[in-house]
Amino acid sequence: MINSRFFNRSELLGFLALAVLLFLILPLSLDIFRLNLVAKYLTYAFVGIGLVLCWGYGGILSLGQGVFFGLGGYCMAMYLKLEASSVANTKIQSTPGIPDFMDWNQLTALPFFWKPFHSFPITLLAILLVPAFFALIIGAAMFKRRVGGVYFAIITQAIAAILTILIVGQQGYTGGINGITDLRTLHGWDIRTDHAKFILYFVEVVLLFGCIVAAQFIRLTKLGRILVAMREQEDRVRFSGYSVANFKIFAFCAAAVFAAIGGAMFTLEVGFMSPSFVGIVPSIEMVIYTAVGGRMSIFGAVWGALLVNFAKTSLSESFPQLWLFGLGALFIAVVLAFPNGLSGIWADHVQPRIDRLLASRKSKSAAGMIADGAPAE
Amino acid sequence: MLVGHQPKDFLLAVSGLTVSFDGFKAVNDLSFYVEENEIRVIIGPNGAGKTTVLDLICGKTRATSGSIQFRGQELTKLRENEIVQAGVGRKFQTPSVFEDLTVFENLEISFPRGRTVFGSLTFQRDDTVKQRVEEVAEMIFLKDRLNTYADQLSHGQKQWLEIGMLLIQDPDLLMLDEPVAGMSVSERAKTAELLNRIIKDRSVLVIEHDMKFVEDIAHKVTVLHQGQILSEGTMEHVKNDPKVIEVYLGH
Repeated sequence: MINSRFFNRSELLGFLALAVLLFLILPLSLDIFRLNLVAKYLTYAFVGIGLVLCWGYGGILSLGQGVFFGLGGYCMAMYLKLEASSVANTKIQSTPGIPDFMDWNQLTALPFFWKPFHSFPITLLAILLVPAFFALIIGAAMFKRRVGGVYFAIITQAIAAILTILIVGQQGYTGGINGITDLRTLHGWDIRTDHAKFILYFVEVVLLFGCIVAAQFIRLTKLGRILVAMREQEDRVRFSGYSVANFKIFAFCAAAVFAAIGGAMFTLEVGFMSPSFVGIVPSIEMVIYTAVGGRMSIFGAVWGALLVNFAKTSLSESFPQLWLFGLGALFIAVVLAFPNGLSGIWADHVQPRIDRLLASRKSKSAAGMIADGAPAE
Repeated sequence: MLVGHQPKDFLLAVSGLTVSFDGFKAVNDLSFYVEENEIRVIIGPNGAGKTTVLDLICGKTRATSGSIQFRGQELTKLRENEIVQAGVGRKFQTPSVFEDLTVFENLEISFPRGRTVFGSLTFQRDDTVKQRVEEVAEMIFLKDRLNTYADQLSHGQKQWLEIGMLLIQDPDLLMLDEPVAGMSVSERAKTAELLNRIIKDRSVLVIEHDMKFVEDIAHKVTVLHQGQILSEGTMEHVKNDPKVIEVYLGH
C-alpha cells in the first residue's frame, strides 16, 4: 500500500544523513565560532520547512516570512531584554527597571504589551501564538476573498515592509533600527558563553528535527494531499466539498509558526534581534534558500539554508558587492533550470545512479552466492 | 409560478434565474424543474448558456437574480463547498483531476469524510475508504491503475476518474458537462455504459452535443437558446419542434 510508512527509504537516508551531519560531524569538527554560525544558518531552515508546506505543497508563495521570523525573534528578545533590564542592572537610568532604549526615548513606564514578557512560559506561548494569530488574520482577509498567487505574494511583501517601518519608527517601544540588543540571560542562564552556545546549538537541532517530523506528519495526512490538489486544481477541491480558504489559512499559519521558532532561536544564537531580519530582503532570501534546496523537499529546505548561507558568508567576505548579484543569479538559475532545486537534482540524477549501483551490486552478490553455493552441492 | 409552492417531488427548482455579465444576459429569466431520479439533458447551440446554468447551480458563478432550490434549500446563498455537501456534484468540461496524485488519492479526496482542516489531519485510510475506492475504481475501469499518477492517464481515463470522484461523493444531483467530448468511439461506448450504471438512484443534469447519446439516456430534454428555454419535453417532442430544428438541429 502507498504511504504506509512514515519515511520511505530515501527519506530515511536523508533523515539519517542530516542527523549524522548536525549531531556528530559539525559539532566535532567545527570550533564554537563556526558552530554558532551554523546554528544561525539553521534558524533559516525552520522558515524553509514552513515554506515547503505553504509554497511547495500548497502553492502559496509568501514573500513575507521575515514578518513571522521577526515576530518570533522579537518575542524572545523582549523576554531576554526584560531579564537584562533588572532594577539592579539599570540603576543609572532615570527610570530603572525598563529597557535602556525606552529610557533613552523618555519612556517612564513599561508599555502594556511588554508586561507579559516578564514570564518565561507566556513568552514561549507568545512565540508560537502571536505569529499564528497574525497569519490567521492575514490569511483570512486574503484567502476568504480569493486573493492568491502573485497578488498574495505582493501583499505579504508589503506587510514585511510595513512592519519594518513600524519597528523602526516606534523606537521607544521596539528599539528602532538597532533592534533589541545587549541580551544576556535566559531564565537566569548566561547565553553568551561558549558552553551556552554549544548547548543552544543542540537545542536548536533537536527542535529542527521536531519540526521536520511535524512537517512530514502534515505532509502524509490527507491534508498534505489536499494541499497538492489545491495547488493544481483549486476548483476541483472546492467542488469536492472542501473550503479551500481554510486549508490555505492552515498552511500559511503552520509556515508562520515554523518561521517564528526559527526567529526565536535566532535571537538566542545571535544575541540580538533587529528589523533587518524582518523586511523585504531577508524575506526574499528565505524564499531563495528554499528554492535552492528544493521547494518540494523538507530536507532540501534544510540543505538550502545551510549551503546558501555558507556561500553567503564565504563570498560576501571576499566579494561584498558581487554577492547580491550572485544570489539573484542563483535564484534565476534555479527557477529556470532546476525548478525542484538541489533535492530535484538529487532525485533525478543522483538517486537513480545509486539505485542502479545497489541493484547491480545485489545481483552480482546474488550471482556470487549461486557461484559459491554450486561447489557445495 | 411562485417560489416555495413547488410540489415536493422536485429535487431541483430553478426559477427566474438571471445572470448578466456587464449587461449581457447569459441566462435570462430561466425556470425549470428536475424531479427525483430524472435524467435531464440540456442541449443548445454554442453560447446558449448551458455551462453557465451548471456554473450557477454549483455556485461557481453568482446569479444576478432568481432562485435555485435544491430539496427546499436555497443554493444561491451557499458557498461552493456547502453546495457540494448539500448533495450536488459537478463534473467539468475539461477533465480536472489532480495530476500529481495517484488514482487512489484522487478518489480518496472525494470521499465524503474529513472535509474540515482538522478532519483531514486526523483522517484515517480505513477499510471503509479502501473498499469504496476500490469499488468505484472498478466501475470506472481503473482498478488496476490505483497507484498510477493521474498525469499518466489518457484523456478518456481522466474523464472517467473525474466521474469516479463524483461518484464517491454520492451526490443526489449529478451535473455532467459534455462527458463524452473528445473521447474515442470505444471510450464513448464504455462511458455510456458507465453513465447508465451510475445514474440510477439519483438525478442527473447533462450537457451533451452527441444526439445519439442524448437519445439513449435522456428522460427529458431542455433546449436552451440565448439564455432562454426554446423548448422542453421528451426527445421526440423536442426533435419535432420547428423552433428547435431552425436554430439547432437543422444546422
